[in-house]
Amino acid sequence: MIFMDRLRVAIVGAGIVGASIARILSSYQNVDILLIDKEPDVGWGSSKANTSIIHPCHEEDPRVHPLRAELCLRGNKLWREWVEELEIPAKWPGELMIFTDSDEEKRAREFLELAKMNKVPGVRVVDREELKILEPNVSSEVLGALYAPTAGIISPFEAVIAIVENAVDNGVKLLTETYVDKVRVSSGRVLGVETSRGFIEADIVINASGIYADKISHTAGVELDFKIVPRRGEYVLFDEDVDVKPTKILHTTPTPRTKGVYAITTVHGNLMIGPTAEDLPIDAKEDLSTTVEGVEYVLREARKLLRSVPPKSRIVRMFAGLRPEPPGGQWLIKVYEDPWGFVNVAGIRSPGLTAAPAIAEYVVKLIEDTYDIKLARKNSWSRFRRDMVRVRNRSLEEVDKLIEKNPDYGEIVCICKTVSKAEVLEAVERILKIGAKVTLDGIKFRTYAGFGKCQGSFCRWRIALLISEKLGIPLNEVVVKKSPYGIGDVKMLWREAI
Amino acid sequence: MKILNYDTVIIGGGPAGIAAAIRTTELGLKSILLENRDVLGGIPLQCIHPGFGLHYFREDLTGTEFITRLIDKLEKTGVEYIVKAYVHSVEYKDFDKKIVNVITPRGVIKINTKTVVFTTGARERHIFEIGVVGDRPDGIYTAGEAQTLMDIYGILPGKEVVIVGSGDVGLIMARRFALEGAKVKAVVEILPYPGGLMRNVMQCLIDFNIPLLLQHTVVKVVGRKRVERVVVAKVDKDLKPIKGTEFEIPCDTLVISAGLRPYIDLLEKLGVVVDPSTGGPVVNEYLETSVPGVFVAGNALVINDLVDYAVEQGELAAEGVKIFVENNGIPTKTWRKIRKGRSIRLAVPHMVSGERDVILYARVSVPERNVFVEIPEIGFKMFSFGVRPAEMLRLRLGKEMFSKLSDNVNEITLEVKPK
Amino acid sequence: MKTAELVCIVCPASCNLKVYLEDNDLKIEGASCPKGVEFAKNEVMNPVRYVMSVVKVRGGDMPTVSVITRKPVPKDCIWRVMEALANVEIEAPVEIGDIVLRDICGTDIVATRRVKKL
Repeated sequence: MIFMDRLRVAIVGAGIVGASIARILSSYQNVDILLIDKEPDVGWGSSKANTSIIHPCHEEDPRVHPLRAELCLRGNKLWREWVEELEIPAKWPGELMIFTDSDEEKRAREFLELAKMNKVPGVRVVDREELKILEPNVSSEVLGALYAPTAGIISPFEAVIAIVENAVDNGVKLLTETYVDKVRVSSGRVLGVETSRGFIEADIVINASGIYADKISHTAGVELDFKIVPRRGEYVLFDEDVDVKPTKILHTTPTPRTKGVYAITTVHGNLMIGPTAEDLPIDAKEDLSTTVEGVEYVLREARKLLRSVPPKSRIVRMFAGLRPEPPGGQWLIKVYEDPWGFVNVAGIRSPGLTAAPAIAEYVVKLIEDTYDIKLARKNSWSRFRRDMVRVRNRSLEEVDKLIEKNPDYGEIVCICKTVSKAEVLEAVERILKIGAKVTLDGIKFRTYAGFGKCQGSFCRWRIALLISEKLGIPLNEVVVKKSPYGIGDVKMLWREAI
Repeated sequence: MKILNYDTVIIGGGPAGIAAAIRTTELGLKSILLENRDVLGGIPLQCIHPGFGLHYFREDLTGTEFITRLIDKLEKTGVEYIVKAYVHSVEYKDFDKKIVNVITPRGVIKINTKTVVFTTGARERHIFEIGVVGDRPDGIYTAGEAQTLMDIYGILPGKEVVIVGSGDVGLIMARRFALEGAKVKAVVEILPYPGGLMRNVMQCLIDFNIPLLLQHTVVKVVGRKRVERVVVAKVDKDLKPIKGTEFEIPCDTLVISAGLRPYIDLLEKLGVVVDPSTGGPVVNEYLETSVPGVFVAGNALVINDLVDYAVEQGELAAEGVKIFVENNGIPTKTWRKIRKGRSIRLAVPHMVSGERDVILYARVSVPERNVFVEIPEIGFKMFSFGVRPAEMLRLRLGKEMFSKLSDNVNEITLEVKPK
Repeated sequence: MKTAELVCIVCPASCNLKVYLEDNDLKIEGASCPKGVEFAKNEVMNPVRYVMSVVKVRGGDMPTVSVITRKPVPKDCIWRVMEALANVEIEAPVEIGDIVLRDICGTDIVATRRVKKL
């Protein structure tokens, strides 16, 4: 048993996995936690560009991926608590795995067997007639579906934000815009991380860096053959007023490579279809581009699921995310004795989002067991986090009362999504409170301003103006994602020329 | 919560809304104008170029001068208005009763009104709905957004610019960027002809040697943090990119000027019939929509090239409101539908009675020289040296023209005929 | 004989003009009003343009005021106007018509927006 006064933990990567680990660790005494991310804000990697599904886990084969199956199931249960405690937007509509021919039906029925093995409740095959009642928006060319009622949809970027807010409330420190170059190891022990902001000491370094987890692991001299393939997924999002919005999650029957293409109505009310599954070269870790072929593919697949797909003119956003695909699809969750203090939580591909809370629990226990450390729970851990008050979710009577207390709730700056000045200012405060950088994107993810039909053409400058006033910086220095809104004064080029 | 009562509520304080508010007030109606921003004026506040007021004030004014005059007239007329007012919803209760729910920093207001005039203007098409794929870097702006940044806030968005779409706003911004010393590499237009007025093509592109790439499209954007370059390709007659014609243009700024769409979310929730060719509501000659007592004017009705037309529509809607309030509804008439004949892409209003003078606003489908614009059933015939889709036609039909029309004719045809 | 085709930009009717220049005789076709004839003459002999921009305002309810040349200036003088405006800053209040810069390219540069003092 090793006794330490304080255990210093550095978590590399503030995505859904890193943030969840930080939250769980923050419930223990005598642990100093530093959550590090290279981006200006949290959850900007795979966590913000995925299908947002909490899976029922009947697609996990416990004979091939026992850890994935176990943690997926536990995660599905835990999320139901976490979304309440942390006020994360979520819904639990259940899902329908659509099959259109007898081959697909055969594959779908194999998942029925997995459901029994994993003890996933309520899974059954439904025929065409029942399918039409369960989901009136389903395509008429389907044969039937495998129905799994315990599936859910969350807002993944809001989930990361909420988890980090709660973790910071409980003492976690966040460091953004910080690149980890190397894990420093000496005499078989982790000493800390070398970063773009200098060397940071740590007793334990947890590698939850998503797409880059292989590179980080290599710098520690660990798992040198482990390579993560960036698997790109493209998505198409339609505006909220299209007339085909499924209530349940619809998806095509999975193949061995991918979970299939999904058609869902997000928690924000948009029809979203996708993803593709395209393996990019190992080094294309920053390629988030969408392609004509990818968009055409998801639209084609969606026609198998929906009675009609809206026209391209109703597309409100096309985006792509990278999933970290490990060799053989096997998660690499390991606590190393040599170097002592290094933990890999790497290659967390699907069902990573679903399993994240369970992965966090599992990692903490694995650390305790492997290093023979006994962590004591805090008495004062706060498990709750309150979401912002949002005008768009309230009745007019409630809005009137809000305005009485704070007139800024009555000044609506994003007309597509009914977002008030008060919410924008509160979002700025929340970003500053966790220690992230204020960006227009960060405000967008916290308030939805800019998510609507106009995609920010009406409101971006208004939001930027509020940020510039609140932070006391010139308007052109407000950062959009990573670059400033303007390059300078309108006369700057003339002044340079003279 | 405050409860107020009005004859009409005008939603949107740009030129059309201000004109409607002035006219309804002049006509003695109890009217109120609501504007979401903290100032009245709308888009002309940021239009520092002339071309405004040629018809209305008989002077060539900048947008800024025009709107200042209009707002001065509004103040003099004693129009009631509220700024920082957001219309949350409009409920249809009855033929002559609507409820407009408004959120303001002073609280929520419920306005009971007989009529509503929507002058909510237009929104700009964004990069995703025009199908540009690739990265999503910083440095992409819609043309109107770039205009707000430059000409209200004095900020330069970027210095090596590619403009997507040759609509007027994009052409104007090409000139603005060029004048402030930025390099405008190209204006990329998918159609075989420019989307904006010829005067703008001449004064904004030709004057500054800015290449206009007709029948081309931006296929994708490339950039890690900020825009680094765009990939452009030639298109075929079906507007699809031709493989092998791709080339790159390095740039740091992409300005999207791919057209405007009437911004009518609240109207759609009321269930108005929409004309897909305008993107705006179907209206009769009073500019009343298919929902009784709900009127629309300006860019929310149809995308206008001239502010003067938007203002005129605001006044026409105001006159329609007056008739509605006085008669407890627009009196029943035998409406004649305007059928779109040869080369007419859109025309508003969609229905005329023939009992009063009416103004038709229309656009042709393709450019043509030396043509007649006609309505054969009523003997309307107008010669034009040249018609273009970018240049709206304003046609005045006197009521005397309709006297020849027999009662059982339900449709009249607007068409373009070569000379 | 020299010919040129232009589009008249005096008003949005945008008439298509044809200009024929033989010796010193100028013939213009296609104009539907006398302004168009005048425009064609000038475009060939002495093209002029209005120049618009914005300048910084201190202490106003808006950070910039829009400005324009009171009269259109010769085309090759456009850049002289822009250069002259590069460092101009004025104080609020500004009224429409206020002179922002005097005597550039034969005309003044005037304000086209009202800026109230804060």
